[in-house]
Amino acid sequence: MASATDGFGRLPEAFHQPGVHSFTDFLSMHAPDLLPGRRAAALSGPVGGQGAPLEVPHGTTIVAVTFNGGVVMAGDRRATMGNIIAQRDIEKVFQADEHSCVGIAGTAGIAIELVRLFQVELEHYEKLQGATLSLEGKANRLSMMIRSNLPMAMQGLAVVPLYAGYDLLVADPAGAGRIFSFDVTGGRYEEHSFHAVGSGSMFARGALKKFFREDFTRDDAVRACVEALYDAADDDSATGGPDLTRRIFPVVVSCTVEGFSRVPEDALGELVGRVVEDRMNRPGGPAARL
Amino acid sequence: MSAPFYVSPEQLMKDRADYARKGIARGRSNVVLQYQDGILFVAENTSKALHKISEVYDRIAFAAVGRYNEFENLRVAGVRLADLTGYTYDRRDVTGRTIANAYAQTLGAIFSGAGEKPYEVEIVVAEVGDTADGDTIYRLTYDGSVAEEHDYVAMGGQAEHITGVLRERYEEGASLAAALHLAVSALSQQPDGESRELAADQLEVAALDRTRGRRAFRRFVGPQLTALLAQGAGAQ
Repeated sequence: MASATDGFGRLPEAFHQPGVHSFTDFLSMHAPDLLPGRRAAALSGPVGGQGAPLEVPHGTTIVAVTFNGGVVMAGDRRATMGNIIAQRDIEKVFQADEHSCVGIAGTAGIAIELVRLFQVELEHYEKLQGATLSLEGKANRLSMMIRSNLPMAMQGLAVVPLYAGYDLLVADPAGAGRIFSFDVTGGRYEEHSFHAVGSGSMFARGALKKFFREDFTRDDAVRACVEALYDAADDDSATGGPDLTRRIFPVVVSCTVEGFSRVPEDALGELVGRVVEDRMNRPGGPAARL
Repeated sequence: MSAPFYVSPEQLMKDRADYARKGIARGRSNVVLQYQDGILFVAENTSKALHKISEVYDRIAFAAVGRYNEFENLRVAGVRLADLTGYTYDRRDVTGRTIANAYAQTLGAIFSGAGEKPYEVEIVVAEVGDTADGDTIYRLTYDGSVAEEHDYVAMGGQAEHITGVLRERYEEGASLAAALHLAVSALSQQPDGESRELAADQLEVAALDRTRGRRAFRRFVGPQLTALLAQGAGAQ
């Protein structure tokens, strides 16, 4: 970290620069070493030598489902390092600000750092400007951060987030829950109804395609997320299923007009119990109507 | 070529102090006081967009009087310092003292530096604690001096007069409405004994509320403020 003061003990020039509302831009002026993307220059070639990927924890599956009045996001709790389970209770879904959340898949260390920076970025803008960014503005900001991580992604340390939130500028609450996905180059894509990212995402997405209904309530969307993560864990070894013995359940959050909230542990435990019980009779999960 | 006039350092500093003090005295006043659940900020301010009271960090807020461009510059620097410290270490490591110290250094350097005019500002940095004993209020003046205040602070043109009113009527552990009522009546009293009416749209009101979770700062505007003012006036 660069010194916070210089000269006669006074805050340096960068602190007084007018017109800079972004914390990332401020860091690039004052303390560029704190930016995740800047470290890439020090690396050359694939991390960990030719062909051998670096053994660092990777986050796996995140799902998001919209409903009438908002959006629900959920993530499993597993981080893997090759064939090893690096952590069984990692949290990969975070509150981004008052009305939005972000889930991360990919290299856990960089992803968590990116989320921290993103959280500060949103709050920093809000404090300096006295107003919050639009949901698209926030998504664009996140995409720029991912783009700055591109050199690291080329070396095998990719981060792929999923961003969702309640858009206060949309008049109709039925369409106010919005989901954005990203690729490693910073490409930003708005998803409709539902989406999943990470290693188990194709299984989760297949499941959500069958579960999703336009008239979902919040509880329906929560259940759909838990079922989809179960399906992902069923077929993807890197995704963790609900751990009933240790009582480790997915992290499930929602964003509505009232703001961000996390589904409490006991309510989730009950729901997971029901899902697992139903699967005892029908391991493939609920049947879709034809 | 004529030799420059000799000006003694005492005279130079006195002139600069007088200049800053005059600038501050022209502005409207600002009151910061402790209440039951935290710290209340009340400023006389007709603007809805140009704030004199702002959030700096989770439990830290900023209030200022004087020249807008100067205190706004300091506010932005404070938010940057707080966010930088919180990002580098942890959110809990950002304290009001860090911010107040940086402001003191900066204001002091500007005041004694020959190249710049002194800032015509007075600032309060307040941090709300888990209990009233943990609340800290720092008052900073144009020359960089810092004082830790307790219970209440008044800044701006009528500061001395308002402090007098607060000294007489301040009570510890007052409710939000009662504290607001006291602050508004102190702001509305003129030194000649006359009292003006200060309506909701002439006031900027905010609080650091320790019961609110991570971000303690909240503003009171519109109908909520009107109701709070009426409640305070009714209880008297």
